[in-house]
Amino acid sequence: MNGDDPLVRFVNIQKSYDGETLVIKNLNLNVENGEFLTILGPSGSGKTTCLLMLAGFEPATHGEIYLKEQPINRVPPHKRGIGMVFQNYALFPHMTVAENLAFPLDVRGMSKSEKTEKVKRALDMVQLGGYGDRQPAQLSGGQQQRVAVARSLIFDPDLVLMDEPLGALDKNLREQMKYEIKSIHRNLGITVVYVTHDQSIALTLSDRIAVFDNGVIQQCAAPDVLYEQPENAFVANFIGENNQLIGTVVEDNGDTVKVDVNNGHIVEAKKVNVEGIGSRSTLSLRPERVVVGPEPHSLPNVFLAKTKQLIYLGDHIRTRFSICGSDDFIVKIPNSAVHAAISEGDEVKIGWKVEDCRAVDVWPCPTPHS
Amino acid sequence: MSTSPAKPGGPVLTADGTPLKTSLERSLKLSKLRALGLILPPLVFLVILFVIPIGSLLTRSIDDGLSNKVLPKTLAAFERWDKTSEPDEAMFEALYLDMTAADRLDLSKLGTRMNYEKSGWRSLLKITARGLNRIDGPPYKPAILQLNKRWGDIKFWQSLGAMKDPVTLGYYLKAVDLKYDGNKNVMRVKKHNRIYQMLWWRTFLVSTIVTIGCLVLAYPVAHLLATLPLRLSNLLMICVLMPFWTSLLVRIVSWMVMLQQNGVVNDSLVSLGMLHDENRLAMMYNFTGTVIVMTQILLPFMILPIYSVMKTIPPSYMKAAQNLGATPSLAFIKVYMPQTVPGVGAGCILVFIVAIGYYITPELVGGKDGRLIGNLIAYHMQNSLNWGLAAAMGTILLVAILTLYWVYDKLVGVDNMKMS
Repeated sequence: MNGDDPLVRFVNIQKSYDGETLVIKNLNLNVENGEFLTILGPSGSGKTTCLLMLAGFEPATHGEIYLKEQPINRVPPHKRGIGMVFQNYALFPHMTVAENLAFPLDVRGMSKSEKTEKVKRALDMVQLGGYGDRQPAQLSGGQQQRVAVARSLIFDPDLVLMDEPLGALDKNLREQMKYEIKSIHRNLGITVVYVTHDQSIALTLSDRIAVFDNGVIQQCAAPDVLYEQPENAFVANFIGENNQLIGTVVEDNGDTVKVDVNNGHIVEAKKVNVEGIGSRSTLSLRPERVVVGPEPHSLPNVFLAKTKQLIYLGDHIRTRFSICGSDDFIVKIPNSAVHAAISEGDEVKIGWKVEDCRAVDVWPCPTPHS
Repeated sequence: MSTSPAKPGGPVLTADGTPLKTSLERSLKLSKLRALGLILPPLVFLVILFVIPIGSLLTRSIDDGLSNKVLPKTLAAFERWDKTSEPDEAMFEALYLDMTAADRLDLSKLGTRMNYEKSGWRSLLKITARGLNRIDGPPYKPAILQLNKRWGDIKFWQSLGAMKDPVTLGYYLKAVDLKYDGNKNVMRVKKHNRIYQMLWWRTFLVSTIVTIGCLVLAYPVAHLLATLPLRLSNLLMICVLMPFWTSLLVRIVSWMVMLQQNGVVNDSLVSLGMLHDENRLAMMYNFTGTVIVMTQILLPFMILPIYSVMKTIPPSYMKAAQNLGATPSLAFIKVYMPQTVPGVGAGCILVFIVAIGYYITPELVGGKDGRLIGNLIAYHMQNSLNWGLAAAMGTILLVAILTLYWVYDKLVGVDNMKMS
């Protein structure tokens, strides 16, 4: 194996629990050495199943998983040498923190002095030096979380799996732990596969995000690519806030299309993932990319919108417009002098660029973004 | 008027100046009264049906007031006596006065009581009481000696020493094959009369074997119950509980059918040629029978507490242990089993406590060498009517159980116990 080979390869993986429905449909995914890959998806999308298959707790129904180019389908969990942080931490309640950390070293028959040294170093790494004699139940949620992370790293695995480890923490602690996990990943140079349904965590931490839904990877890309250039309606909707206009393609210019969204309202958009003339398409548009009161003729798409609601959010004003048949068109207006000119019921002109408006497929049942 | 603490360190006051504690107590009074009202019926029930009977059991096991009530003068004379010389006229006079004043019923009860100390007392008192009206004045000694010459036997007089105190430990001594001699020294009873020590030993042995047997059988079943899918575990749970819903007698009788000399097990072994017809196994009406049947009957008491604890252990612990490099069996031993200790402890305590006082099964299938202390208690309650001894044995059982509970608390902690 050379350094460029992926650490993990899922090859044509399928998984079914009941023999009737597929939870994972033909998964092909590479995890590169040293990268932080997040599997992001709504609950029931099969993301945790992926993790369990990688850890060895669930067999793949079809296909093969390679770890360092070795097939591991028949390797039992304890021989895989993959660290894992569980959602509820799974710290053993009958052992002290130090005993918990020493457990993976114990089963590997490590000498006592080496063990003490490693445990001490691990505790220092997560800033819990001196907590070794406590019981896990005596620690706060954040401290337990740190111990769990330290325990998954103490036997120097190449790969660490994290199953929503921040899900049980309150918001402030979650923010803090998010950055700690990120710095640990950067300092140790390990590979992390992280499962979550929380897109803000995914966007902050990841090198790449695989968006999962319905047992299929919808898109796998870096956070900025995912946010700026979603390839389908699900991703556009799931990541970040998003305005949707649904219509029919009336003109196909290769790179751009013109879509009739509401009997005569023609919008010019970037062609991303849509068939030719006559097909249905979702136009995806980020709220912060919409310009209110543009200079005449500066933008190709300018429409008259009726202001329905203004919500003051400090740094920006969240404004809901009625436009092109949609009553739920959100625009974020920066908190500057401009907003003073608008009040509820006003009709204003709003517009956007072609490249900010992406024509993608129509999702069968749009999932509300979280 | 102060609305905040009057001075630093002083009592905290409410807005109208009353101390906060007083106000708090007043506001909680009603809810406390309501709570008291709710627990009153079970409290009364507990006092009447538990505290009072146990208290009377304890007093009965040490009560020896009857001799002082019936023979006060005789015992006073006994005190003055040197315990070795021939009893003098004063002692016989006291005896005469006591017996003429005594109530007929008390005298017969006393005869039974005195017989425990030295056999012959009952008939001696009976004969003497019948002849008392023939005595018409002092000197009493020759007259009483004439009624029955056993009054001249110094051993009868000496045995009064064990009865002169209103409380006695005699029943407890008897319950462990000890007794008082004439001078209140503790000594062992004659070898062929020793039965209780052996019974205590056997009772503890049977309880221990049954507890261990139940644990070994229950642990895997409880684990299955806790891990199987709901539909299957419900079915298994019904199988576990089924014996609970079946009459105890029916279960014991079916074991008789299974285990007796011409029972199902022996017949099958013989017909399979694994056993010779003459060597049929004796598995009923003995120690083995008691152990087998008690294990089966007490099994649910072990399964349920262990199951309830296992149910609360998330499967992620086992996964985590394996993920950290432990083989499944090592993960089970080092991570899973320590967490089931509260359930195992509760189950063992429960089974041991029930087994130690078990009565019906040994009575029916125990035969001669499978009888336990419970059977002797029942015997003394119903047949020999030696309630003092029965009470003493019951008290020893109670103390043994409380001791066990205390030890358990020290080792595992009662707070950790999960009954269901």
